[in-house]
This record gives sequence, C-alpha cells and structure tokens, in this order.
Amino acid sequence: MRRRDEAGTAAKAVEARGLVKVYEGRRDRQVRALDGIDVSSNQGEYLVLLGPSGCGKTTLLRTIAGLERPTEGEVYIGGQLVNGLPPRIRRVAMVLQSYALYPHKTVHSNIEFPLKAENVPRHLRERKIRWAADLLGIPDLLGRRPRQLSGGERQRVALARALVREPAVFLLDEPLSGLDAKLRATTRDELKRFQRQIGTATIYVTHDQEEAMGLGDRVAVLDAGRLRQVGTPRDIYDEPADTFVATFVGSPPMNLVQRANRLVGFRPEHLLPAENVAYDSRVTMPLRIERIEYLSGDRHVYGTVTKIGTETRVIARLPATVITPLAPGETHEFAVPGDRLRFFDAEYGIRTAPVRIGG
Amino acid sequence: MSGTRARAGDRTRLTDREGFLAWAFLLPTIVYLTALVVAPFGLTVAFAFSRSTSDAPSYRFGGLRGFRAVFGDDVFWRSLLDTLTLTCVSVVLVVVLGTVLAHVLRADLRFRRTVRTLVLLPWTTPVALSAISWRWLLGPAGSPVERVLRGASLLHGGGSPLGRTGPAAVAVVAAHVWRLTPLAAVIVAAGLNAVPSGVWDAARLDGAGFWRRLFGVTVPLTLPVTAVAAVFTAAITFVDMAVVRVLTGGGPHDSTQVLPTLAYLRGVEGGDIGAGAAASLFLLPLFLAGVVVALRAVRRAEAIR
Repeated sequence: MRRRDEAGTAAKAVEARGLVKVYEGRRDRQVRALDGIDVSSNQGEYLVLLGPSGCGKTTLLRTIAGLERPTEGEVYIGGQLVNGLPPRIRRVAMVLQSYALYPHKTVHSNIEFPLKAENVPRHLRERKIRWAADLLGIPDLLGRRPRQLSGGERQRVALARALVREPAVFLLDEPLSGLDAKLRATTRDELKRFQRQIGTATIYVTHDQEEAMGLGDRVAVLDAGRLRQVGTPRDIYDEPADTFVATFVGSPPMNLVQRANRLVGFRPEHLLPAENVAYDSRVTMPLRIERIEYLSGDRHVYGTVTKIGTETRVIARLPATVITPLAPGETHEFAVPGDRLRFFDAEYGIRTAPVRIGG
Repeated sequence: MSGTRARAGDRTRLTDREGFLAWAFLLPTIVYLTALVVAPFGLTVAFAFSRSTSDAPSYRFGGLRGFRAVFGDDVFWRSLLDTLTLTCVSVVLVVVLGTVLAHVLRADLRFRRTVRTLVLLPWTTPVALSAISWRWLLGPAGSPVERVLRGASLLHGGGSPLGRTGPAAVAVVAAHVWRLTPLAAVIVAAGLNAVPSGVWDAARLDGAGFWRRLFGVTVPLTLPVTAVAAVFTAAITFVDMAVVRVLTGGGPHDSTQVLPTLAYLRGVEGGDIGAGAAASLFLLPLFLAGVVVALRAVRRAEAIR
C-alpha cells in the first residue's frame, strides 16, 4: 500500500492532498479559502486553475509555493512532502500577479537575485542570466530599472527571474491580467511556446476561461474553495461534472432547463433551428424568440423554450452557415442533437445519467 | 444679457476669490512663523554680533567679540564635540531600533492597537516630563537603577550614575533614543507600507533568507524614509536642551554639556548675551548643509524607483 503510494507520487510534479486553509477573521469568523482540495499535476504538464475571483485558486498556488501554510493536508513536490519547508527548498518558481520586481534593482540584478541567494559563483550567474535573457528576448533591457519597462517587458523579466533557478515547477498567478487586451493574446501564445521549450511542469492560475481553455493541458475548475472538476479543456467543456462548471465555462454559458427533478443542459451552439438538425435522435422544442444579437458572424438568439420542461430563457448561437430567417416575436421549432444533451440533478447540480425525452 | 451678468457679479462672494482665500489661509502661518521663528532668529544673529549683556541689555555692536569669546572657551569645543557625538550615536540607535519597532508595528499581533498606542507613548510625552522620569530612575541616591546596580556590585563608591562622566553621557543618549525611537518607527512603518507587499513574497520565492531579504530588499527600499527619519532625529536631538538640562544639568563638570545648554548657560545665566547667541548660531550653517545633503540624497534615491 505504502510502496504503491510512493510510486504514484514520484511521477507527479506537484500533488496536493486534502488541503484546507482557514483564515481567522475578526470576532472568530472563519473563512475556508481551501476546503479539502486534492489535485495533482504531471511532469511537463500545463495545469490551469480556473475559477471566479475569491474561489481560492491563488491561495492554492501560494500554499503550493510555501507562502501560505495549509491548515490541514499535505503538499508533495516531486514526490517529497514539503509541508513546513520554505519556498527556497521547494524548488518552485512563482510569478506573482503584480510581477513584484525589485524596483531598486536593474533588470540584471533582479534576475541575479535568486542566483545570489543560492550562492551560485559569479561566472555561472552571468551565464545563466544571459541564457534566461536570450530565451525571453530581453538582453537589451538588462541595464534598465523596472519603472522604465512596459507591462509586457516586466512580465518577461519576472519570468526570467523565475526561470534562472531552473525550478521543478513553475507557478504563474494571473500573469496576463496586467497586460492590455492586444498584448494578452500574443503573450498567451508566447507563454505556451516558452513552456513547451523548457518542458517544466506549470501551474497557471486565471479567472479567464479563454486563457484556461487555450493554455491548459488540463484545467481544474475551482469554486468556493472546492475542486469542481479536473480534465482536458474538451472534457470540461463537453462533459461538465456539475452545473457550476457547465455555466462557468462557455460563453454564452450552457442552457439549463428544469424537467422534474433533473436539469437538462445544452450548449447554445447545439440549439439550432430544427431543419438544421439531423432527424434521428434529436430533441425538438419550440423557441419564442425575444431578441437577436449579431456577433462576429454568429447570431445569438435569446428566447424562451417550452415543452421540454419548465419555461426557461435560453440562448442559441447560430453560426453564419445557418441562414434560416428568424425575427423577434415569432416562435420557431428548434432542436438539439440527443447526444448533446447533458443531465444534472436539480437539487445538487451533479451530473446524472441521461433520461429519455419524448420525441 | 448684460443685466444677468451684472447680477451674477453681485453674487460673487469674497470667499469665491481664490487669490483672497489663499492669502487668508496663509496669513496665520506667516504671522506665526514670523513671531516664533524669523524674529527670534534675526534677534539671535543681531545679538551674536553685539556686546550686550544682561546687565547692559541695550544693543551695542561688537563685531566678532561674541564669537571670539566662545572660541576661546574650552567648554565650547568640548560641548561641540559632545553634541556631534550625541547626535550621531542617537541617530544610529534611533534608526536601528525604529526600524525594528516599525516591523513590530506592522506585525499581525493580537493586541495590535494597544501595542501601537504604548509604542507611541514616549514620543507623545513632553520632553521635560520624560527627562524628569529618567532623572528619577537614574539620578539621586536611592533611585531604582542605582539600587539595582549596587545590589549587583556594579556600582561602587559614592554618587549616583548621573554623577559620573561616562554613565551620565549614556543616560543622555538613552533618554533621547527612548523618546525619538517611536517617531522613527512611525516614519519607517509608513515607508514599509508603501512598498508593494508582493516584493517580499518574491524575495522569499527567490530563496532569500532573512538577512538577504533585509539588506537586499527591505533596507534599500526604505532607505529614503529611513533617511527622513534620521534627519528628523538629528534635528530634534541637535537643538534639544531639555534632556541635558533636566537630567544632568550639563554636569558632572560640564562633561555632558551640549551647545544649546551651553548657549543658555553663557547667554542667560552667565549674562553674556553676545557669546550665548554666537554659540547657538555656530552650527546652523553646518547643520543646514547636512540636512540639504541628506534630503538631496533622499530625492535621488526616490527618483530611481
């Protein structure tokens, strides 16, 4: 039993078991920032922690880094129990949301700082700084100070500073949130290529589902200090484990229609005018159209469905290829392919087995 | 058209005129500064070049007579050295202890508010009052400290600690440090609060231990405010006469005399107003230069951020 356990963790870059973090507030009020989290990331994997603000994702990252002490539970890095060890022994590197460069040091000294802390000899330090600066394309900035850098440049410096220590794990806390929208897209791409290049396990925290789905080999969805689901972006999107994941991921979110003690879920892009859905095993429903938005070639149709369950407002996303004329006020027959329906327990929101819907 | 404009003009009150308001608000400060700073300073300069005494207070120009009298005084040179030593030692101790205390103030303690209030107490106590407390603690025969020292066989022979050259000087430094440390602590704590907290997290993540975090990150980042705290401490120690006057009276044998007490001794008690004024003026240019240099350094340190 024990041996198998050790063999199991040896392959994991990071493993958290039963992590609980309780913050003591004023007048004995307690906040459970982490409420029993089990999650692990594999060697070389890009794991994204996704959740709304306040869900505990940053706390989880800081606990793995050693900046916070868990109230309960264990953290393993490379199979080693690291509870109580300071960050420097854990061989983790973390890029903080604010980048937190040392404002009084030049870029060169910023990158050099962790090497000095490890007492790396001077000639080796220079070589590593050079290597990291070249990798991130910032050799020209080495003489500058942080306040003379743009947001994107600061981020690269922060990455370089994390990189020189050749950590076992990279922890990134919303590294793109400080950048403007245009820069964010290109930097996202660079981050991914950069991680492929160095091949280090990375845990990435974000509240942005686009970043999460785009970057992650696997995505872990958190809410209120609990892990809701871990899986590939495809799993998370197509097979949500509960209604939280179903509605948090996807834009517009998954439609949920109550039918007895079940919630019937379907993604907006699967709800199409009936004539566009193949006959076999489709579920049809009349949609009373209220409003139509025309967004980047797609038509977003807002309306109310009846018949399959409680009257519910839903959204249908029609690609440009669907040319059926629709107008607000009219009722049109819509349909969803049967295999695209997902079922959840109406009370607990947990995914359940499919039920037959007539038609 | 012109009618409405005229009516609008009628309604313009005196308080709407910013030029008037600016002067109205400035006036009290100007009056106050003139009466308490500019006028006494002018008088001091005038008296420094006079041959006025308390017996013959009418103004008679005396050229450099006052300065000559002061420079020929052995006690002056010794107290000049003492003043500088006292200031330097106090500044170093106050800055170091103040920085430590600043971290205590920021720490997440259980009775944070109480601790903060207690820490600030020495600074809010009037100087004379705290000096009297120190005197009671150290001074006359039978004082608590004296009894403890005698009990531990560390004090022999007659006289209290304040009656001996070395201990008396230490007592003066101690009183100053005790009084000014809270001020420095508050200033440094403000500086620490201004540093984005992520920087300390980053330093821990970068593997820096306690000393490296302190000297590689915290100290350089708080250097500007620390310098401000040092300048304040120096200025306040430098011009203070209450502590020495109450605690040791400059004694024993003028060994703890500082410039302000000497100026008072010569000018007011000794009656030689010219010499007293000259003594008190002597260090002004030096001191001003020191402050200007320190503040320049602060500004330069802040500019690189």
